[in-house]
Amino acid sequence: MSEALLHVDGLLTSFPGARGARLPVVDRVDVAVARGEAVALVGESGCGKSMTALSIVGLVPKPGRIDAGSVRMAGRELRGLSVTALRHVRGAEIAMIFQEPATSLNPVQSVGAQVVEAITLHESVTRGEARRRALGLFEQVGIPDPSARFVAYPHQLSGGLKQRVMIAIALAARPQLLIADEPTTALDVTIQAQILELLRGLARETGTAILLITHDLGVVNEIADRVAVMYAGRIVEEGTRAAVLGAPRHPYTQGLLRSMPARAAPGERLVEIPGVVPAPDLWPSGCRFADRCALVMDRCRAREPERSVFGASAATRCYAVAAEASR
Amino acid sequence: MSAGDRAESLLRVEGLRTWFPVRAGSWRRSTAVLRAVDGVDLTLEAGRTLALVGESGCGKTTVGRSILRLLEPNAGRVLFEGTDLLTLAPSALRPIRRRLQIVFQDPMASLDPRLRVRDAIAEGMQAFGIGADEAERTARVAAQLRRVRLDPVHMERFPHELSGGQRQRVCIARALAVEPQLLVCDESVSALDVSIQAQILNLLRDLQEELGLAYLFITHDLGVVRYLAHRVAVMYLGQIVETGPTGQIFENPRHPYTRALLAAMPSVDPSRRSVAVRAHGEVPSPLHPPAGCRFHTRCPEAFARCRSEAPELIANADGESRCFLSE
Repeated sequence: MSEALLHVDGLLTSFPGARGARLPVVDRVDVAVARGEAVALVGESGCGKSMTALSIVGLVPKPGRIDAGSVRMAGRELRGLSVTALRHVRGAEIAMIFQEPATSLNPVQSVGAQVVEAITLHESVTRGEARRRALGLFEQVGIPDPSARFVAYPHQLSGGLKQRVMIAIALAARPQLLIADEPTTALDVTIQAQILELLRGLARETGTAILLITHDLGVVNEIADRVAVMYAGRIVEEGTRAAVLGAPRHPYTQGLLRSMPARAAPGERLVEIPGVVPAPDLWPSGCRFADRCALVMDRCRAREPERSVFGASAATRCYAVAAEASR
Repeated sequence: MSAGDRAESLLRVEGLRTWFPVRAGSWRRSTAVLRAVDGVDLTLEAGRTLALVGESGCGKTTVGRSILRLLEPNAGRVLFEGTDLLTLAPSALRPIRRRLQIVFQDPMASLDPRLRVRDAIAEGMQAFGIGADEAERTARVAAQLRRVRLDPVHMERFPHELSGGQRQRVCIARALAVEPQLLVCDESVSALDVSIQAQILNLLRDLQEELGLAYLFITHDLGVVRYLAHRVAVMYLGQIVETGPTGQIFENPRHPYTRALLAAMPSVDPSRRSVAVRAHGEVPSPLHPPAGCRFHTRCPEAFARCRSEAPELIANADGESRCFLSE
């Protein structure tokens, strides 16, 4: 992927553990997002997906830190940039939306003013022009009656409308990449459907690339072109949406799909993944999924499997399927 | 609606209304009435699962709490094996309360952080005089833990020493310890990761088979409904809009709101992106529900009559739908 817009290579982000040890919660992660592409990073709580997103934009909360790897955006290395330079990248090149829009919006400023501010922060335009653009963004993200909503405060808006305002702010500086961290998780299902439709439409119209962070494979299917599945800090499987959701190779991905009640035939029992995701200080030295895997072999516990590549569409880390890999 | 012509249902809710006064202004006068539950009828047979489905603010949680009299309804009847719980004095209600238990969404919030698992489970037994002495209660606590597939060694643990899934198992064990016939599950699996959710859903299904429990399953998650429920009641703005057997609700939904919910449900089948927006705009405030059909402001099929006249529930093959198009 020489043409990648975002290129994350060997990213390692750690937090302090017991007795001075560093616990790598994001462990040698590679992700690439091409221009105009939507990539989903999917996994359960604690897998490191949100920390990967925060690492990309240089917002790892203390005492966490990035220990290794590179994050290149449009060919430029973001690691090592000054705080000011990073702040410019965030917003102008990479914008973020989060699960809970209420905590990202300023409660004492009208939502219109916040969009205007996002525009003037990155471009020198007159206030009148910024206001006109902001109203245009309100319309673009489907906020009904934009001029009335413009002067509203966040608490006067529903969760769905607040998320639309967040998307308007994110798009204000016409970023090349939108990182969306569980953007619909807090929303009701009929409102989620509206936001998914909006995100898909925006990606199509503006060519903005999307890095979607989610636990929800249904949302992945609606948005993503490619999918990376994360488990205990590692990417265990990646590929096109058709490959990962339609013909998953890693036992963890297969287990996730089989656990979904919506997929079970009536009367059929759900296939459980036994046990729980281990905490970072208890990660096994071999394959991190070994203790929960039905196909576990001795060598899974001894050494982590290499990445096996399956043509252009998929790659996974698992001994059980490595034999079928290309090359 | 005569009760004599068939066997008594385990639970029959008739005309339930739970309204909240909304106080505002300088004198905290009651200025409006929030009709959270506005005339709800439900029937649940012993050993069966009824799912009460709807989005936030529809009143589903208030229905659950009103049935248990954790809230005092304004009107209606809650017949548990023919006895109206709403007319009972507290002393008469107590022995019946033992047979209706509730499991909430957030097990951390519903377990006392200072109580060991043993004491959390024994508390209810003691209150209802179950178990002659300490030794017998300990044996019963161990049996309850085994019943929810937890090793009895967990007895000595505190809630913070358990995982989310284990905590929810403890909450289920605590509810089962007083030998209920009906479990109200209020979003009991919604906060769990999908692999853990599958474990708890399988457990709930097994327990129903073993103990003949009935579940009133309150949820927003249609996938869970499809897996667990025998019958479904769909709620919108304080009213039931559709009821029916699970198969009928999913294969042949009558009410436009039910169809909108189903259309909004993402699938994980990569051959299609299925989410469609069939309910536009936002849920109106329950303080000022729309005149006529409460769904008409969002309904793609609304016509003049829907705006002026409120439809009643209209019976069909094995359910009901509150829509003029179902006539």
